[in-house]
Amino acid sequence: MDILSSFNYWAVIILMMIGFYIIIANNNLVKKIIGINIFQTSIFIMFISMGKVVDGTAPILNDLNTLYSSPLPHVLILTAIVVGISTTALGLAIIIRIHTAFGTIEDDKIQQEIK
Amino acid sequence: MIISQLPVLQVILPLAAAPLCAILHHRILAWALTLLVSLISLCFSYMLLNQVLIEDTITYAMGGWVAPWGIEYYIDKLTAYMLLIVNGITVLVLLGAREIVESDIASDRIYLFYTAFLLNLTGLLGVITTGDAFNLFVFIEIASLSSYAMISLGRDKRSLYAAFKYLIFGTVGASFILISVGLLYVVTGTLNIADLSQQLTNTENTPTITTAFVFFIIGIGIKAAIFPLHLWLPDAYTYSPSIVSTFLAGTTTKVFIYVLIRFIYSLYGYEFSFFTESFHYLLMLSASGAILYGSYLAIKQDSLKRILAYSSIAQIGYMVLGIALITELGLMASLVHILNHAFIKVGLFLAVTAIIYSYNTDSIEKLAGIAKTSPFIFALFIISGLSLIGAPLTSGFISKWYLIKASLEADYWIFVSIIVISSVMAIIYIGRIIETAYFKPSAKQTATLDLDKKRPYLLFLSLVVISFINIYFGIETSLNVDMASQIANELINK
Repeated sequence: MDILSSFNYWAVIILMMIGFYIIIANNNLVKKIIGINIFQTSIFIMFISMGKVVDGTAPILNDLNTLYSSPLPHVLILTAIVVGISTTALGLAIIIRIHTAFGTIEDDKIQQEIK
Repeated sequence: MIISQLPVLQVILPLAAAPLCAILHHRILAWALTLLVSLISLCFSYMLLNQVLIEDTITYAMGGWVAPWGIEYYIDKLTAYMLLIVNGITVLVLLGAREIVESDIASDRIYLFYTAFLLNLTGLLGVITTGDAFNLFVFIEIASLSSYAMISLGRDKRSLYAAFKYLIFGTVGASFILISVGLLYVVTGTLNIADLSQQLTNTENTPTITTAFVFFIIGIGIKAAIFPLHLWLPDAYTYSPSIVSTFLAGTTTKVFIYVLIRFIYSLYGYEFSFFTESFHYLLMLSASGAILYGSYLAIKQDSLKRILAYSSIAQIGYMVLGIALITELGLMASLVHILNHAFIKVGLFLAVTAIIYSYNTDSIEKLAGIAKTSPFIFALFIISGLSLIGAPLTSGFISKWYLIKASLEADYWIFVSIIVISSVMAIIYIGRIIETAYFKPSAKQTATLDLDKKRPYLLFLSLVVISFINIYFGIETSLNVDMASQIANELINK
């Protein structure tokens, strides 16, 4: 069946939409960061799925295997994970300072106070 | 020997100076180091420009790994032009930054501010020089992450919320760019921009390529604050420390417009972008919206920095409009406006910075009659202001002249009227500040000059230099216009 053969990509789309929905709809700033993390994770899965070659093994040169998966997406995603962690860390640090300054991390209460 | 290493030195130099700045742990030394690095960087970009004018393109294989496999740094005329703008703006902003930063940012965090500043510069220069799509994403994130940190350093607690909002928007934008890079990699199996564009011309147009294009446009639209994806910009510019708003207004959005041009013309090829996808109608709509909406909201604001922020949204609209006309003249007008607007906006923001520094207020009502006490700052504000409006003999006039000429050439009369209307609106919002400062009698709530603070003489110096540049490019256009028309010609006829 078509859905099963491209199962990874369906998972990517569903995860991406869940993450995106949390970013837009949730009122809590920490949960927004969680939403961003889910969103980014879905992209990581997309990259990893792209690199997979059916029946391919890890790209180690020997006589037994001739078919390899592409290692490049993995390398890219390692970098992207680092970027994602930095974003999360910075976001959480800003949230801590927001909490000391405003006394809340609820979006609507902060916006009320700003006005 | 050093000449062949120039492309990578642009990025390595500020990157290496950033931790050094943190180690120095001294506010004045950190400032001096940052200024020194930006000056050297400016010299290097000038040498690169000269080199590029002789050789046309320079490529640099990172670590000796040749192009499609390794990361390549790619310098052509457009790159050198943008490098010169960004480095020039950086030097001018930093020159006057010392006193302002000391009054804006808590003194134990100043060295960290300069560290973030250098990292931001690294990111921006990297975005311009790199020839690799994934590397581009990494540099975009370096630039963005450091700018979130810089914005959150403001004394106003609203700066924290502005930084957080920008972080959410920016990360979504960057993730979209990452998706687009991934989809392009699936189709072509390469990440090198030059190689990608060649592979794309050989492959048939599939939905995957179109999806990648759409993701890219939305991502870069958020980053460059192209209307209607600009919502993070007004707060970020208003509440961040003045020097940060000045720097961001002069560089970040322009660099992302550069990325847009790079992707449309060098990667996808403009035939794909405009003829297959009819994408320019969307851009035209967005540009007209930005110009009218930004100018309209600028009129309604009471805070000086907020007025300039909304005016920036309108000016980004001009740059997008030039691209959307898909003519050589339009692209050239866009490139000229990137340079002119960078200097105009930095001039205005620096003048406003000086006002906020000396009077401790950002509100237009408290400025009644203060031009008498600070005639010098306001005289320079008027020069940049006139340039923003587009008065003859200033650089703003030149950009608008070419934009109008390009719209007429492409037979879009409507844009001529939009440009004229928005110029009138610019007269209103800039005129309002000038009128209050010069002609309103000072009242009880008028702010007074803060005599405790040192006078920022270096800031005045960079203001004078910028005003001179604004007038110079209004009279003698051979430098920037010739360069821009060469670049536009190469991009379109490639």
